[in-house]
Amino acid sequence: MKALLLRDLRLAFRSGGGFGLGLAFFFLLSILVPLGVGPEGGTLGRIAPGILWVGALLACLLSLDRIFALDHEDGSLDLLATAPIPLEAVVAIKALAHWLVTGLPLTLIAPGLAVFLNLPVGGYPWLVASLILGTPALSVIGAFGAAITVGLRRGGLLLSLLVLPLYVPTLIFGAEVVRRGAEGMALATPLALLAAISLGASALLPFAAASAIRVNLR
Amino acid sequence: MLSLSNLAVARGGVTVLRGLTLAVAPGQALILRGPNGSGKTTLLRTLAGLQPPAEGTFDLPPDSVAYAAHADGLKSTLTVDENLSFWSRIYGGPATDHAVAALNLTQLTRRRAGELSAGQKRRLGLARLLVTGRPVWLLDEPTVSLDVASVALFADVVRDHLGKGGLAVIATHVDLGLPEATILDLDSYRARVIQSSGFDEAFA
Repeated sequence: MKALLLRDLRLAFRSGGGFGLGLAFFFLLSILVPLGVGPEGGTLGRIAPGILWVGALLACLLSLDRIFALDHEDGSLDLLATAPIPLEAVVAIKALAHWLVTGLPLTLIAPGLAVFLNLPVGGYPWLVASLILGTPALSVIGAFGAAITVGLRRGGLLLSLLVLPLYVPTLIFGAEVVRRGAEGMALATPLALLAAISLGASALLPFAAASAIRVNLR
Repeated sequence: MLSLSNLAVARGGVTVLRGLTLAVAPGQALILRGPNGSGKTTLLRTLAGLQPPAEGTFDLPPDSVAYAAHADGLKSTLTVDENLSFWSRIYGGPATDHAVAALNLTQLTRRRAGELSAGQKRRLGLARLLVTGRPVWLLDEPTVSLDVASVALFADVVRDHLGKGGLAVIATHVDLGLPEATILDLDSYRARVIQSSGFDEAFA
């Protein structure tokens, strides 16, 4: 299993592996929004939590279809399905690799980009906390969506449509944590719910995704 | 070791082969013959456990199968060595040197798989079989894009595998010159085409 994780990370960092795609998107969004919104009043600071979370979510979405589609195209998925590691573990590892390549770097650069968006000072620790707790859910839910659409050519559109509604709770609670943190309000409830979504998704969705892949490989 | 009893396999919901009953002992090879679309790949995928049989059963020891499909499952940005050692670690298998030498890949270990020729890629894909350490090989057209010398090399590898008590089911039109090979012509097991009753079935 470690071998699979290492392979996926290595592939992501090799040329054409897609590492940096999500990061670049997140970066561009955070630069462009202030230019578009303009500097007046406290507008930017007020919308910063939402913009940062929407940016992180869309950045994750960009690379989802790579999770299984590439392995399906070159036949590795067939071979992995007949390999001694259970398909559920394959899904979990691939979701983890996706998170390490997108979710984690997004979390790390988010505080830097939050400066552009004039996020109030109190929001910074909670921005990092909410992203670290919330982005695993994005990767796992995304892996589930990718598993459902794995056999389809150009399944990216369908994948986005399937996954976006499932992302909504994560987005709402994630942005809420940052907003409350920025305004110095109590935020234990949204933070707990955000963690609950991540934990629940990580516990259940690998099984659903593995069954979806089995059906799609027939 | 491998036995089929009244096995029927289906592709896309349509039964393509039925009534397959046979047994293959360790050390033997089963060669599947039949025109395109006769169900060779479908049968191999069923035996690999990628799809359930439409009818009947087959018996294989658990975790014994190594499947080599049309696609080799290579990552073009990884080197030959990285590709092979990945599969070796997945199967907890032996070192890759033996497999590299057996398929004449020694000169290529540091090349990226994307830079290999079609035949070299195929050889790398077949080398994967050796690192799995599994006794039952299911091979789908393994000799496609191999030159004459490589086909002979591959035939040696298969013969060696059979000699060690392994078993192989091979869909191929090339004569590999295997001593203990049974040829199975799938034409005679072809399922009759049954006219589907169309949409109305859903409303009946």
